[in-house]
Amino acid sequence: MITVTDLRKVYQQGKKEVVALDGVTLSVPKGSIHGIIGHSGAGKSTLVRCLTLLDRPTSGSVSIDGTELSSVRDSEIRAARRRIGMVFQHANLMDSRTAAGNVAHPLELVKTPKDKTRTRVAELLKLVGLEGFENAYPSQLSGGQRQRVGIARALASEPEVLLCDEPTSALDPATTNEILDLIQELTSRLQLTVLIITHEMNVVKRVCNSVSLLSRGRIIEHGALEDVAGELDSQLARALLPLPPSFPLPGPLQRGPVLEIVFSGDSAKEPVLTGVARHFDMDINVLAGSVETLGGQQFGHLRVQLAENSDVDGVLGYLTDRGISARRVAPVAGAAPEFPDTLPDPDLPDPVVPNQGLHPTKEQGRHE
Amino acid sequence: MNDFFSNPVLVKALPEAIIETLQMVGISAFFTVLVGLPLGVFLHVSAPGGLRPMPVINRILSDIVVNITRSIPFAILMVALIPLARALTGTSLGPVAASVSLSIGTIPFFARLVETCLRDVHHGKIDAAQVMGSTNMQVISKVLLRESLPPLVAAATTTVVTLVGYSAMAGLVGGGGLGKLAYNYGFQRFDVSVMIVTIVLIVVLVQVIQLVGERISRSLDHR
Ligand SMILES: Nc1ncnc2c1ncn2[C@@H]1O[C@H](COP(=O)(O)OP(=O)(O)O)[C@@H](O)[C@H]1O
Ligand SMILES: [Mg+2]
Repeated sequence: MITVTDLRKVYQQGKKEVVALDGVTLSVPKGSIHGIIGHSGAGKSTLVRCLTLLDRPTSGSVSIDGTELSSVRDSEIRAARRRIGMVFQHANLMDSRTAAGNVAHPLELVKTPKDKTRTRVAELLKLVGLEGFENAYPSQLSGGQRQRVGIARALASEPEVLLCDEPTSALDPATTNEILDLIQELTSRLQLTVLIITHEMNVVKRVCNSVSLLSRGRIIEHGALEDVAGELDSQLARALLPLPPSFPLPGPLQRGPVLEIVFSGDSAKEPVLTGVARHFDMDINVLAGSVETLGGQQFGHLRVQLAENSDVDGVLGYLTDRGISARRVAPVAGAAPEFPDTLPDPDLPDPVVPNQGLHPTKEQGRHE
Repeated sequence: MNDFFSNPVLVKALPEAIIETLQMVGISAFFTVLVGLPLGVFLHVSAPGGLRPMPVINRILSDIVVNITRSIPFAILMVALIPLARALTGTSLGPVAASVSLSIGTIPFFARLVETCLRDVHHGKIDAAQVMGSTNMQVISKVLLRESLPPLVAAATTTVVTLVGYSAMAGLVGGGGLGKLAYNYGFQRFDVSVMIVTIVLIVVLVQVIQLVGERISRSLDHR
């Protein structure tokens, strides 16, 4: 279990103070995976540097299973670091070492006996599915294989916490899924506490149990995946359950009110819409929809249009009574409230329309 | 051909000159690496943003020592260092004495090359090593030096080739070797065959050094 409490990091830049982390609090239980998602400049790298003690936090604390890390003496810093295994975006393997040599690297640092190192390395390479690649150099491995070596190396010192900084951002989609599945499998098998820093919602959807949205050094939304996904108003939910743009259909329905509905788990198994249609004796048109399995639960996000002059409040009440989150939105795509700071989502269908609340990232924006 | 082998200068003086040149190059190459490598590492590690920044010492070493030594032409440095060579070796003549000024001339050069090689080691590798709990010494030995070994060997090769050239110059001011042979017989006595043979030998020596160096560097390179 890792606990971060009110972590602050202020960088001094000349006379100016840059607040990179502004009171970050989070806690991840053993055996679970927490995603931290945020724009560039949000403070993700700073958080990683504070967690790995490459940087000292200005204030606040980081602790693993109750042991305080952020205040250890310099002489104990290396021992403390060994409790956190780290996986990097580009694996950061040593080119002069074979796969086995890379995995042995952390063991060499504490003078592990040769035969013990050998068995441990073989064990770790097997664990990540790289049996038979002991003598391959990183240049002879694919990106996914290199990342597997990186994961094996991170696990060599038997850390309690695995910190993954954009572990799949340099990989193709198929390899991304393989690596994520491996991380998930290792998490439950070794009862690791895992933090994944990412800007890809796909990563969060696939493996995370919980997620935090980091923005300007603060966590502005957080929670278990199944909880945040059900909150229609949250930026995370919109990024988790994106809807394609839609326009009211022609015909008698075209002026009817438009609702967005998120239903989850049990409610998703009931015929919600049919229920509404029967109960209020009205026609309903589905404008857009998406269904995802998040945190082991099924979620549906629908945009529907009701008949003109229908009892919107009645329908909203009916849905809310059944534990379904629903709200009225503007009928035409583009008029919904804007979200100035939401996430770039590579999974979104193009074109991204403003009412999805998804703007290009700052980097993309610069190229325009 | 017959001419070459019957030339008494070549038969008598050439073997000795070759040995002297090899001595000068060998001894000064040894000391250049011995001192230049740690100096280069120190320059890199103590630089701002390095593993252990020491701005003042870094500045002094980097600016004053290295730049000044490098900007003095070698011929002048060599003459200027004769008293030092005498103090250290007891003589100002011969390959051993010449090696003092040769080493001092190439140490800064090599240190700069080392520093450049180390700077090219990707920072992510250093982060990875630190996060796994490396001491600074372990980062230096297991990451900085080991990861840049192929370019370091190439840098050493370049330095030794430079030393061959310098050693010919050193020959003129008492070092002996092929440079002195070429100067005494080829230049002062117009013995063309001596000139040709020494030039060919120096070219071959440079080629062999270059070839061996490249071979080693490539065999170490797994990128
Ligand atoms: N060493 C530093 N000195 C000054 N400012 C920094 C430093 N590192 C990061 N920052 C600032 O802190 C903020 C967060 O940066 P960072 O953690 O790198 O964000 P992210 O990784 O999410 O892109 C940025 O505004 C950045 O400019
Ligand atoms: Mg960053």
